[in-house]
This record gives sequence, structure tokens and C-alpha cells, in this order.
Amino acid sequence: MESANQSLAEKSRLLRADIIRMLYLAKSGHPGGSLSCLEMLMALYYREMKVDPANPHWEQRDRFVLSKGHACPAQYAILADLGYFPREELWRLRRLGAMLQGHPDMRKTPGVDVNSGSLGQGVAIAGGMAMAAKVKGEDHRVFAVIGDGESQEGLVWEAAMSAAHYKLDNLTVLLDHNGLQIDGSNDQVMSLGDVMKKFEAFGFVCTRVADGHDIDAILEALHTPHPGRPLFVCCETVKGYGVSYMEDEAGWHGKAPNRQEYEQAMKELGVSADE
Amino acid sequence: MSERAMESLRVAYGKELAALGGADKRIVAMDADLSGSTMTCYFAKEHPERFFDFGIAEANMVCAAAGFAHEGFIPFVSTFAVFGTGRAFEQIRNSVAYVNANVKLAFTHAGLCVGEDGGSHQSIEDIALMRVLPNMTVLVPCDAEETRKAVRAAAAIDGPVYLRITRPVCPVFTAPDTPFIPGKANVLRDGGDVALIATGLMVPEAMAAAELLADEGIGARVVNMHTLKPIDRDAILEAAGRCGAVLTAEEHSVFGGLGSAVAETLAGASAARFAKVGIQDQFGQSGTPEALFEAYGLTAANIAAQARELVRTK
Repeated sequence: MESANQSLAEKSRLLRADIIRMLYLAKSGHPGGSLSCLEMLMALYYREMKVDPANPHWEQRDRFVLSKGHACPAQYAILADLGYFPREELWRLRRLGAMLQGHPDMRKTPGVDVNSGSLGQGVAIAGGMAMAAKVKGEDHRVFAVIGDGESQEGLVWEAAMSAAHYKLDNLTVLLDHNGLQIDGSNDQVMSLGDVMKKFEAFGFVCTRVADGHDIDAILEALHTPHPGRPLFVCCETVKGYGVSYMEDEAGWHGKAPNRQEYEQAMKELGVSADE
Repeated sequence: MSERAMESLRVAYGKELAALGGADKRIVAMDADLSGSTMTCYFAKEHPERFFDFGIAEANMVCAAAGFAHEGFIPFVSTFAVFGTGRAFEQIRNSVAYVNANVKLAFTHAGLCVGEDGGSHQSIEDIALMRVLPNMTVLVPCDAEETRKAVRAAAAIDGPVYLRITRPVCPVFTAPDTPFIPGKANVLRDGGDVALIATGLMVPEAMAAAELLADEGIGARVVNMHTLKPIDRDAILEAAGRCGAVLTAEEHSVFGGLGSAVAETLAGASAARFAKVGIQDQFGQSGTPEALFEAYGLTAANIAAQARELVRTK
């Protein structure tokens, strides 16, 4: 049977091209993690979350926190595609006075619910937002995407502890488990051990998505019942996914492609390098 | 001086917050396992559905407070000042101040007057840490009465506020009808020879110092600088212009706090003589608050001595 989400495969190719072009034009930024979490964000924005691009502050919307804020080019590309702001803004990423900052800024960018970038803080803020929803008796949900390098921050585990303590079944934490960080692999830098077991021990219902670039599989995982407990979805991803020379290369965590690399990436993605 | 009622600033904070929480459902309170010390226990008892203990995890508490603020709540976050402003500094910087989140950081046990717990628990740099952050308002009440007003003022400000609260039971120095306008210093006593600009528990010491100086024929103007940020520039320049000598007094490092804020204002704008009473470049230690104040020069006698020297060398 054909998946209703197969059309998103085509969209993911175009969004990847947007990400590469943004970073090429900005001459800096983080391609690796933006490309690895793209399908996670697409599953949320195009299928799962209740949002209204025409009304970014709609009270009943589901909240989204990109705790690994350096991957914001992926979020920006999606927000532009959904119409939160004009596409032209993408090409001004990271410039003086730009709507799109180097890391997500809720005061400047429509559709960004929370500032992030200082690792560990986004997921802790998401926990506070989920608690606030319960105090208000509202049934919207809060989704946070964290990184595996980010999970070395103690704050992630403080937030995990309180999410379980306060029974935040309106909170879902998705891990972009690409296995790489700036200085190398997680295992070289600071091993996370069995991250699923860790979140389970902290009180989350945990599920793994073997292919974190399969939107159907991500959606299925997001629908795992988790009454009275927060949900943890570990998405196995490939850093730099979709651009051959970036895939699984820690070196592409935080640098922009040069002209030649840009042209090759666009060629691989089947999108014209000229705009 | 007449006998004054004695009252704890932190109890005043806790009770006022609980009262405020009854009137305004947007107010939530948070603590990091110190509710019986910071006195958020009053709020917890009256409004259990809006009180959240985060355990001993200050960083998470501050970020969660930002999350509440983003959802329209007015969170009051409490712990000891040394942990709140120190351990959670970068959370305050990025998740609260940077986004102008409506979070109130009501940290208690500030300064040397924590006493016996010693230097690890005596926050002498918190004003400096909070004052340097854009968007942050810094309020330092001098007694229980002013604490109540500061709590209300903090709740009314749309944006982050650091409320610096101290531990001891102190004389109630100000009156219920004494104005408390954030950013507007109160002149408690007029005098033309030296201006004593004080904050927090050094305000009553400065008033006592003014009495000592008056006995020697030196007229001291006493200014209660209850708001460290935004600092009342006009009040400072007026005091400097009138007296030609300015002495600051604070229960905080002489670096980065009131003394620095006043010096920044005077530099290039006034030729007045200037000196600072406060904690010199050193940490605290165990001792009773009284013994510590004596040892570190946070007394009326030392303020008077420093003021005398300023006047003599004018």
C-alpha cells in the first residue's frame, strides 16, 4: 500500500536543498545536524502537530522546541514552506538584522516557540511548558527534539527527572541519534551508553525508530501510548543525510559548503544551484 | 533611635507572595528543596496546585520557569542567591534575560548574613551577575516592609526581575506609606556634607552612621538605593552635586554591585569624592551575622569612619 506520506519524500529533497542553500549563502552554520533531524521535524510539522501558520501564537497549538537549536535551518526551511514567513528570509539567515538568527529566537521568528541553542535548556523549558499546560487544563502537547551530544548536558537529565516526576504525558522528547558530535563520535567524546535504558530508568515510555528518516516509522513511534508518563522516541539517524560527502562525517557538524561543495550537493538533490 | 518592630525579610516575601497568588492566578511559585527556608512554603500551603518543587536542580527550575512564562504565567523562582544566580547563571542569561521572559528570581539568603553556613553559601557577587544582564531589573529591599512592596513591584514589571532577599530578622525601617517605585531611589535623610548611598541591610547602618556623623557636626544625606538596575542616575548626581562626597554601602562585593553602579554614574559626570564600603575582594566565612558584619566593615561605625575621611579630604 502506498503511504500517504510518500509525497513528503519529494518535499524532503527540496527542504534539504533549501538547507544547503541557506548555509551556503550564510557562509556558516550547521548542516550535519540539520539534515539528520529533518524527517523528525517533517513528521511533526506536516503530520502530527496541531499548528496554524497564519496564527503562530494560537493558544491551542501544539508546542515545538528544537532543543538542539543549531539545527534550526531544518526548522526554518519547514516554517517557510508552511508560510510562517516569506521564503526570501531563508537567504538572509545569520545576517545583521535578519529574522532568522543563528539559533532559534522566539522574539524574531514567527513559528519559533522557544529560544534554544544553549544545549539542554530547550528540553527543560519544554518541560515547564508541559507543566503550564496541565495547570491551565489545556490538552495541547509539547514536542522537544534533542541531540545526542546535547544529552551529555546534566540539564537534560534534570529535565527528564522532573518530566517523569510531574507525569508529563503531554511531553514527547525525540532524540536525533546520529552518533556524532563536533569532536568525533559520541563514543569517542563521551559515551551515552544505552540512552534508551537511561530514559526508561528516568521514567519515560521509550521507543526506537530504526530508520529516523522514515516519516511513517516516526509517526508510528509518536503514537506509542504513554499514559501518565512522558514519551521518548529515539530516532536512529545519519548525520548529514542526503548529501553524500556530508553523511556520517563529524567534520560537517558546523561548517558551510564552499561553491564547489554547494553545487555538488544541489546536483545530488536534483535542484538547480542557481536561484 | 526609637524601638522598631523586628521582622524577617524572607517571611515577608513568602507571605506576600502567597497573598499575591490569591489575587492573581497567573502567579506560580517554584523552589529547589528550600521552601522552608526561602518561605515559598506559605505559597505552597495556600496554592498547592501552583507550587512546584524541582528538587535540588536549579538550572532545570529556571528553564521550566521560562516555559511557564512563555505560557502566560508569572513564575516566582526561589532558592539561595548563591545557587540561583551562580549555578543557574547561564540558564538565566539565555532562557530568561535574553528572551525577556517574565520570570521573577526571588533569591534569598543573599550576602554575608547567612552567617554560620560560611563562605560557600554567602553570595557576594549576585548583584554583579544579575546587573550585567540586559532586560534584568534588580531590586534589593532593605526591610520586611520594603520586601512586600518589592514583591508586588516585581510582579507588575513585564520582564525578568532579580529580587535579592536576606535571611535575618531585621528592624522594620520603612513605613507602609513610604513610596517604592522601581528605579527611583528614596532620600531618607538630608544633609550637605556627604551622601551615603546604601542598599539592602546597609540602609539602616547608613542611617545609624548619619546619626554618628551628626553628633560631630557632619551632615549626611542618606539615599536608599533599593533598585540597582535601572539605577537612579538623577538621585546619584543630585547627591553628588549637593554633598561633593559620595560613599556607597552594600552587603556585596565592592566589585560589580552598588559601588560600581554609582561609580559608573559618577565617572565623567561629577568631581565628587567617592569611596565604597562593602566586601573587599575576598570570600566570607562562618560566624554570626553580627560578627561577620563587624569583621568585614559592614557597620555604622565603619560607614561613619569612611565618610569622615571623605569629608576631611574634600
